[in-house]
Amino acid sequence: MEISHARTDDHVTPLKIYLGTGSALLILTAVTVAVSRINLGGWNVVVALGIATLKASLVALFFMHLLYDKKIYLTIFLISIVFLGVFLILTMFDTMERGTVYEILANPVNPEAVIYQNQPADTVAPAGHEGH
Amino acid sequence: MNEHSPNQPGLAHHFSTPQQQKESAKLGLWIFLVTEVLLFGGLFVAYGVFRAWNPDMFHNAHRALNVVLGGLNTVILISSSVTMALAIRSIQLGNRRNTVRFLVITILLAAAFLVVKYFEYSHKIHLGQLPGKFYTYRGIEGVNPHLFFTIYFAMTGLHALHIIGGMSVLIWITLNTARGRFSADYYTPVELAGLYWHFVDLVWIYLFPLLYLIG
Repeated sequence: MEISHARTDDHVTPLKIYLGTGSALLILTAVTVAVSRINLGGWNVVVALGIATLKASLVALFFMHLLYDKKIYLTIFLISIVFLGVFLILTMFDTMERGTVYEILANPVNPEAVIYQNQPADTVAPAGHEGH
Repeated sequence: MNEHSPNQPGLAHHFSTPQQQKESAKLGLWIFLVTEVLLFGGLFVAYGVFRAWNPDMFHNAHRALNVVLGGLNTVILISSSVTMALAIRSIQLGNRRNTVRFLVITILLAAAFLVVKYFEYSHKIHLGQLPGKFYTYRGIEGVNPHLFFTIYFAMTGLHALHIIGGMSVLIWITLNTARGRFSADYYTPVELAGLYWHFVDLVWIYLFPLLYLIG
């Protein structure tokens, strides 16, 4: 019972948890390298990010003590990840779908419609414009 | 800072208990880590945009990176995280000698990471696989391959600066542990340095697959 040797109230993580977490991280590193050599098309990046997130969770929960500490630290950290997600997802939507907007403008269903009036000619890009 | 009470080591006068002081310090460090998430986050978004625009070029350009060296650095950083965690565990148990031992191993692993990074960088500088207008390499097919190396150097460079910063902090922590400033009753600086160090590891966990292992 090593924990009883601690002279503080703080949680002392058992040695085998640290070594187990370290081993799991090394094994997952090997897995992610192996999987990257198989062509899964668009799923490669999903699998790579999934394994990375699993590894990051192990580091955060065990090495950074988020599992044992007051949950306010975990909450703050997760909120930052949520906002990073908002930043990333909205930017990707914009940069990937902007071309679609140009195509819609270039191919109006009804060119006489009110929304296309007073439209400066140069904002109606030619069809097929990719947006970057 | 200097008004330490003899029976409560490290307790500053504006905190009522060591526990309160420790929780405040930890909260502050986590908020700092949140700003770090957003700092690296900007680069991750830039990576996402560049890669979405040039998927084939990214695939061709990533072959210029050495997976063995990148993987080696991943193993080095994970090991350094384990030794950092063990250093904190040792000081929690009051074993100062083991704490110093694990901290020194952590610092040496950090130095090993930078040595590997130095070989990677010097190889790329030699070949002209550099950001922006400094890009002179001709062996990669695709449009604007310099974009890949711009984001590669920006992300790994910022990460390497964090390694150097972390090493400096760890050296300071090691010296102060050796001087007997930290004990099982007061080890908050060791723990905070550990949190920062694990965060640097955490960033690399994402950088490695995104840069070296594009499928």
